Amino acid sequence: MRGMADTLEIIDLHAGIEGKEILKGVSLTVRTGEIHAVMGPNGSGKSTLAYTLMGHPKYKFISGDIRINGESIVGLPPNQRALKGLFLGFQYPLEIPGVSLANFLRISYNSLRKDEPMLVRDFRKLLEDKFELVGMERSFATRYLNEGFSGGEKKKAEVVQLAVLRPKFAILDETDSGLDIDALKLVSDGINSVHGPDRGIVLITHYQRILRYVTPDFVHVMVDGRVALSGGAELAQKLEEKGYGWIKGVEEGGGELRQPSMPDAPEQNH
Amino acid sequence: MSRQIINEDYSRYDFKDPETFVFRSQKGLTRSTVEEISRMKNEPEWMRNFRLKAYDYFMNRPMPGWGGDLSNIDFDNIYYYAKPTDKMGRDWNEVPENIKRTFEKLGIPEAERKFLGGVGAQYESEVVYHSLRKDLESKGVIFLDTDSAVKQYPDIVKRYFGTVIPPNDNKFAALNSAVWSGGSFVYVPPGVEVEVPLQAYFRINSKNVGQFERTLIIADENSKVHYIEGCTAPIYSSESLHSAVVEIIAKRGAKVRYTTIQNWSKDVYNLVTKRAFAYENATVEWVDGNLGSRLTMKYPSIYLLGRGAKGEVLSIAFAGKDQHQDAGAKIIHLAPYTTSRITSKSVSKDGGRTTYRGLLHVQKGAKGVKSTVRCDALILDEISRTDTYPYNEINEETANITHEATVGKISEEAVFYLMSRGLTESEALNMIVMGFIEPFTKELPMEYAVELNRLIQLEMAGSVG
Repeated sequence: MRGMADTLEIIDLHAGIEGKEILKGVSLTVRTGEIHAVMGPNGSGKSTLAYTLMGHPKYKFISGDIRINGESIVGLPPNQRALKGLFLGFQYPLEIPGVSLANFLRISYNSLRKDEPMLVRDFRKLLEDKFELVGMERSFATRYLNEGFSGGEKKKAEVVQLAVLRPKFAILDETDSGLDIDALKLVSDGINSVHGPDRGIVLITHYQRILRYVTPDFVHVMVDGRVALSGGAELAQKLEEKGYGWIKGVEEGGGELRQPSMPDAPEQNH
Repeated sequence: MSRQIINEDYSRYDFKDPETFVFRSQKGLTRSTVEEISRMKNEPEWMRNFRLKAYDYFMNRPMPGWGGDLSNIDFDNIYYYAKPTDKMGRDWNEVPENIKRTFEKLGIPEAERKFLGGVGAQYESEVVYHSLRKDLESKGVIFLDTDSAVKQYPDIVKRYFGTVIPPNDNKFAALNSAVWSGGSFVYVPPGVEVEVPLQAYFRINSKNVGQFERTLIIADENSKVHYIEGCTAPIYSSESLHSAVVEIIAKRGAKVRYTTIQNWSKDVYNLVTKRAFAYENATVEWVDGNLGSRLTMKYPSIYLLGRGAKGEVLSIAFAGKDQHQDAGAKIIHLAPYTTSRITSKSVSKDGGRTTYRGLLHVQKGAKGVKSTVRCDALILDEISRTDTYPYNEINEETANITHEATVGKISEEAVFYLMSRGLTESEALNMIVMGFIEPFTKELPMEYAVELNRLIQLEMAGSVG
């Protein structure tokens, strides 16, 4: 059906931190062109999933697989995962004193797109466009990376990085948290602007509110290290009305929704 | 293996020319060595007496009991004076071919053509090349090697020489005062602003040759000058000694900046005394980068002598395997409404050691003093070390002093963040270290900033398992 699409496959992924298993068999397939929302209560393993996908050294892979276009990326360092097209929008972006955002991002861009390096002047123009997109002043280009940025500015800067780097698959870890309504709209605009047939987006979020502005094709709910439920955009609406407590009830009652993390239903999204 | 890494890091500077001298003193230091140096230089009697008195001070003073480990210095195994050539060039074509090649490899003539107002090049004990742009010369700026200045400007040299750093100031200042040779003499007349930097480059070529240059900078009222020094040496397995004295006098309203990029090979003891007097409303800035050497002990100091004088010391130290950078700053507030700032950044790795040692003194009656001290240390692994010894002597209650010190490691999270954007681990570490010292780098002329970045990258190579 979608022969041209790139795929990110998460297959029965088990992973943890400090000896504790947190992901207990996550399966999910993301194709370029799709937006997936991964929701779930605190402690359900959403951020662990994000870090494990990107290869954070503290998060230990246990079993399963992560594949981009069929090729496993397990064991690769983060920079090589980035080269394969993966991007992580951080929940808490790090401050790097003494390194300007523009300089950092140009080095990053040139590392990831060695075949199409950009002139400094062209890059500056590109960056200014992306700042405008999320309503940031141009002066942020020369500010030190995230240093002294407000919470909202950090999140916007992550979206600027996303828009400049244009990865195949973007994992956005609670990019909406801590934003006021205006910032939320701008960040959403930014995410929508990169959405397209060449990009798959995984929006990790605790709240439903960003989904008013970014419409997901699929919504997955994580509970206790697994995808407990998957559905369309309407699932988010239901969660908003009923709360996460409702999921437990659905699970226990064997409810009306599919449980896609079961090994016999790997193609849950389609 | 580790030795190999060091050699690789330093390879651009680690080349040796044949050891050729028109004169070299006997190894070791005696009274007659000092007399011989003075005789070779055909010096006036006052200078000869100055040297001999300093020699007595040197012999009588004990080795410092603090700072780094000086026990491996063998004063008897050092040549105190080595004269590589008979004449000094004012044109590179007048410089002996092998020495000229050395400085070409180090990029000095090229830098001179591009952006410097004047250049001095010292090889072993003597300055072999000196030039000053004509327009600066015609404004009355003097930029000479100190030996020539003793002869050509005896009055002005005699008036200031050894007044900022007396020969008995410390053991190594005494040693320098006894055997000094070369160095720069700068005089900027009142109101003259030298807008392009003047540079001196110091090169030790031969094994066991000590270098003892002596620099004296006088910025007359409301003048301005930026002086830069660079230094390298090839690698020998036995120790060399570099012990310089630098004196700066900034008169009323003058502004002097002194920038050093010290990159000695890792078998050089670098024991340097640098001090400046800043008079009313004058500004003195030491921008001091210490990368090389086995042990550096250097604490550039500023005496704020006149109302409204300003002093700033901005330094970085980078200590790798078998290196100890014991560096810092001293600011002495002796007049009211004087201000100062000390910013010290240090990086240690592979068992290297950095020490910040600083003194901030405010004299009673020096009202309205403001001072900011900030020391940040970065340790890249478990086997490296950093220490901070800040001494504050504040005798005036109107003083406004802030002091901040941090010791940090590179966070795994920060490395992960940068790697997630496509940087390799070593690129990520490098970026974090360069960012850490950026407050220093941004003060350098562009060409030096680029060179420093390259040097740090070389030092960082091999940081990653």
